[in-house]
Amino acid sequence: MIKIAIIGFGTVGQGVAEVLMEKRDYLRQIIGDYKVVAVADSKGSLIGDFDLLNAIKIKRERGLPEGMDAMEIVENQDFDLLIETTITNIETGEPGLSYIKKALKRGKNVITSNKGPLVVAYSELIELAKENNCKLLFEATVGGAMPVIKLVNNCLAGNKILSIKGILNGTCNYILSRMEKEKMPFEQILAEAQELKIAEADPSYDVDGIDAASKLVIVANALLGIDAKFEDVEITGIREITPEAFDVAMEKGYTIRLIAEAGSNGLKVSPRLIPLQHPLALQGTLNALLIKTDLAGDVVVVGKGAGKRETASAIVSDLIQLYG
Amino acid sequence: MFTLIVELKDKPGQLIKTLEPISRLGGNVIGIVHKRDKITPLKKIPVEISIEIDENKVPELVDALKASGITVREYNEVRLVTTSSLLLVGHIVHTDISDTINRIDSTGYAEVIDLHINMPQLNEPSTALITISATGKENLRKAVELLKVICKEKKILVIEPINEEFS
Ligand SMILES: NC(=O)c1ccc[n+]([C@@H]2O[C@H](COP(=O)([O-])OP(=O)(O)OC[C@H]3O[C@@H](n4cnc5c(N)ncnc54)[C@H](OP(=O)(O)O)[C@@H]3O)[C@@H](O)[C@H]2O)c1
Repeated sequence: MIKIAIIGFGTVGQGVAEVLMEKRDYLRQIIGDYKVVAVADSKGSLIGDFDLLNAIKIKRERGLPEGMDAMEIVENQDFDLLIETTITNIETGEPGLSYIKKALKRGKNVITSNKGPLVVAYSELIELAKENNCKLLFEATVGGAMPVIKLVNNCLAGNKILSIKGILNGTCNYILSRMEKEKMPFEQILAEAQELKIAEADPSYDVDGIDAASKLVIVANALLGIDAKFEDVEITGIREITPEAFDVAMEKGYTIRLIAEAGSNGLKVSPRLIPLQHPLALQGTLNALLIKTDLAGDVVVVGKGAGKRETASAIVSDLIQLYG
Repeated sequence: MFTLIVELKDKPGQLIKTLEPISRLGGNVIGIVHKRDKITPLKKIPVEISIEIDENKVPELVDALKASGITVREYNEVRLVTTSSLLLVGHIVHTDISDTINRIDSTGYAEVIDLHINMPQLNEPSTALITISATGKENLRKAVELLKVICKEKKILVIEPINEEFS
């Protein structure tokens, strides 16, 4: 019996809980029996014997009951796997960083969707997992549902990864592809994206390239073996791009996209000219990664970078990697 | 354009001796690079000089240099082999576009070979597609870095190409 604690019970945490219920019969055949023994958010928790679907209902209707706080659960409760899906903070990594460290120190496996802890302390966390004979998996942190980490580590095993270029922020890609089509100014398309809930009320995390840069740091560490920190990324956002820029680019057969790139020339997130027929000239909120390898040549993946079920997909794939 | 690599002793007056026949023959010096890191066993400094000159006058120039005791290591016509197009967005014209171009051209290894400006409305940022050619990949990279430095000074956004084609 795998005992699971879900810390952070928002969109992603609840999405994982739903999929764990929905696919119970199927998953049992692959990983054996499992049970969620704790869920916690910023204010409360449920522990022990409770119905998971009911927990989601309680959370939505009146919030989880006050009780043991998240840190107490991670420190003292009996579980085998921590699924950490709390809010992102790429400066301190908290609160996720403390939860993950504590769980690893106790020898518990961890799956996280939270970029913060990895951006702040990648090598420390990997080291900690090794020392304590447990695993830290984080497929959901980069590209949501799009397979990246396991694609490279499993399917492209044996290859040297020469460079990685990709679209790691769906919001920026949506805004730029709409600007390309509609020839409307940035502010106007941003307002549209905010109305559609594709962009946040405070869009700076996305449009200033911070989110893409965080994912790039994780990719650089995990796939290229570069001991990169957030400060190492040269970042230019998309606010200054004008509709006329698209006109001029299109005349020469190019469009413009925000590209995150890691390779021998360092780490960079910036708007780039992309030939219209290039696989990274994507429309909408899609994410994509072009991986240059020594044996396999170029490999491209495209997929959904966010969403409740999409992110749950990545977490469940990590679960199967761990126990399958 | 021609480049000439001469070896000069590390003392005053050497460079003048080299430049004099160039200007006498109507040449125009566009770049001089002292390669101090490549100093020869005889403690001479290789100097790479890029010049615009009537190519028929090159043999005469080389003879003149040799006659004045200067070691001419090699000379050849520079071919601008690699090209890159970048997009600039900002107050391109107001921030002296000819200065931007000059600073690239005066490197001696790279040149702005095309500039396509989308004229702005008053006080609005404009857009330009700038095409730079250079004598090799490394020089092209240096020229693009230089352009980025210049544009940072002038608060112009540089949109670089994604480079290598998908293969
Ligand atoms: N949404 C996506 O599509 C997506 C995709 C990939 C990765 N991610 C990442 O996954 C993580 C979760 O995203 P989300 O969309 O689910 O965010 P969310 O809906 O805002 O949920 C965040 C959860 O973390 C909880 N939390 C905040 N501070 C806490 C603390 N100190 N201790 C315990 N729990 C705390 C919140 O509690 P309250 O409910 O009490 O506020 C909430 O339940 C984030 O790091 C995000 O970047 C999200």
